[in-house]
Amino acid sequence: MPEIPEDMELIYARPKSLTLNHTHYCPGCTHGTIHRLIAEVIDELGVRDRTIAVAPVGCAVLAYNYFNMDSAEAAHGRAPAMATGIKRVSPNNVVFTYQGDGDLAAIGTAEIIQAANRGELFTTIFVNNAIYGMTGGQMAPTTLPGQVTTSSPGGRVVQSHGHPVRMVEIMATLPGVAFATRQQVLDVRGIRKTKKAIKLAFQAQLEGLGFSIVEVLSTCPTNWHMTPEEASTWAKDQMAAYFPVGDTKVIPEVEALAKAR
Amino acid sequence: MAAELLEGNAAIAEAAIRAGCEAFYGYPITPQTEVLEHFSKRMPELGRVFLQAESEVASINMVYGAASAGARVMSSSSSPGISLMQEGLSYIACSEVPAVLVNIMRGGPGLGNVQPSQADYFQATKMAGHGDYHMIVLAPSTVQEAIDHVVLAFDLAEKYRTIAMVVADGAIGQMMEPAELPPMRPVRRFEDRPEWALTGAKGRDPNVITSLYLGAENLEAVNIRLQEKLARIKAEEVRWKEYDTDDADLLLVAFGTVGRVCQTVVREARAKGLKVGLLRPITLWPYPEARLHELAGRVKGVFTVEMNAGQMLEDVRLAVEGQCPVGFYGRMGGVIPLPDEILPKLEEFARELGVEGAGDGAAHAEDADA
Repeated sequence: MPEIPEDMELIYARPKSLTLNHTHYCPGCTHGTIHRLIAEVIDELGVRDRTIAVAPVGCAVLAYNYFNMDSAEAAHGRAPAMATGIKRVSPNNVVFTYQGDGDLAAIGTAEIIQAANRGELFTTIFVNNAIYGMTGGQMAPTTLPGQVTTSSPGGRVVQSHGHPVRMVEIMATLPGVAFATRQQVLDVRGIRKTKKAIKLAFQAQLEGLGFSIVEVLSTCPTNWHMTPEEASTWAKDQMAAYFPVGDTKVIPEVEALAKAR
Repeated sequence: MAAELLEGNAAIAEAAIRAGCEAFYGYPITPQTEVLEHFSKRMPELGRVFLQAESEVASINMVYGAASAGARVMSSSSSPGISLMQEGLSYIACSEVPAVLVNIMRGGPGLGNVQPSQADYFQATKMAGHGDYHMIVLAPSTVQEAIDHVVLAFDLAEKYRTIAMVVADGAIGQMMEPAELPPMRPVRRFEDRPEWALTGAKGRDPNVITSLYLGAENLEAVNIRLQEKLARIKAEEVRWKEYDTDDADLLLVAFGTVGRVCQTVVREARAKGLKVGLLRPITLWPYPEARLHELAGRVKGVFTVEMNAGQMLEDVRLAVEGQCPVGFYGRMGGVIPLPDEILPKLEEFARELGVEGAGDGAAHAEDADA
């Protein structure tokens, strides 16, 4: 990074927790935004050199190319088990999983619920874009009723395909969870609130308060066959109607952390 | 340290603890559960990690995580549970992190039963999970060997950054016999974890543990590296034991519990005048194929005994390479074949080959190690 002249102030820069690599994400995809928010939070907390990221299988499978920190690449859905294994032998490290909806809410449901219920001291960032992106647009556990995908060509029929699953509402019922929230990165206000939530989730981990999860309503313009703007609008209108934005669980100690800052 | 009366499963767990195992992640399954129970009591006492996972799928991925963080870690299970771990084993193998696994084998297929079995030989030696790789596989036939093999497994796993599996069966896991535990090794400090491990990128570039290599050439290069490592293991880590092979006309080949039964068969056959020797593989992978090939060139026949339908038999035939006839006797479903039933089968095989069986009543030779 070039030196900042004495009479100038640095107000915006690439977070140290991001590498210089260009991401492979599609135009309009919100993964890049979410990566950056996480990186900014880790920078602000000053924990980059003791953080371990666990990447999923899905579009973010290469997340370790973008996070400038020690990283593992888990098997599909197993990131919470891997993070548990890491955190238990390295309690002084900061550990987070980055998972999509197929990874977390379908194939990895057992691992995330059990890890949350044990109150594992890691943080999960759950990116919900209502579709399987990497495999080319199949139905996800969070695909909306009626939503057309390549494996629900007539639209999701809940009687036969099952209902979209609301994960952070489930998380709210588990005693091991300190903080569960659903946010969105569909507009500037949402992005700023998402960053605050991610920071609070990491702080809950640092304070040893329990498991923390931030679900982020996200878009997939490519597989939704929309422009990025249309995708954001659709997500705000349709997804947020089924997946309401807001906290589902905040224990008093986390509440106190939120007020303290 | 003096020998004491130890149960196989508890001895396996205690041996791992003394070998410096920092974390155990597992799931209860008969006939392995005492391994998990012993860890559940001892690890908290020692300030180490014990976690009962929600499934074997989770426990092997917890092992994967802890191993990636550079900790000495293991899991144990029995056959159906090991099947659930195949995915994780494949990832661990490609990521080249060291991990130890114990399989107290039981009868299969399916839920099968909880009796002693060797029906997981193919699974253990021919590849657990998808992709091109092997695990180091050690097969004890006594509680003492189970102890020694667990300690060895940790050292080999770290030496080669690979998976080392100890395959025993319910008989070894559940029986009690005199054995000696190793001295307690100190647990490795966090500061001393390997330089490749995920410990936080403090003052260095980030470490990444992955099994993803996009691009055919990239992945082929990884595979070539893995195969070179496996070739090194094959060259340096083959282990076996031999009994009365010097003057043998017939060679028995058997491992684990039935390998121990066959030591009695050797004695009884020799008492009847049949010159029988025994090769007992310790490493099922890498297999002692060179030594078996050599012995097969000196005997009139090779006879394999297993607690399965004839799985190691394939490796025996490959090693013998047609130099002499190969016979087989096996029991399945958790039945342990006894000397009284093995010996007549061996004698029948000997008669077919016209092997001299004249009993001169001479005392048999003492057991001799390789």
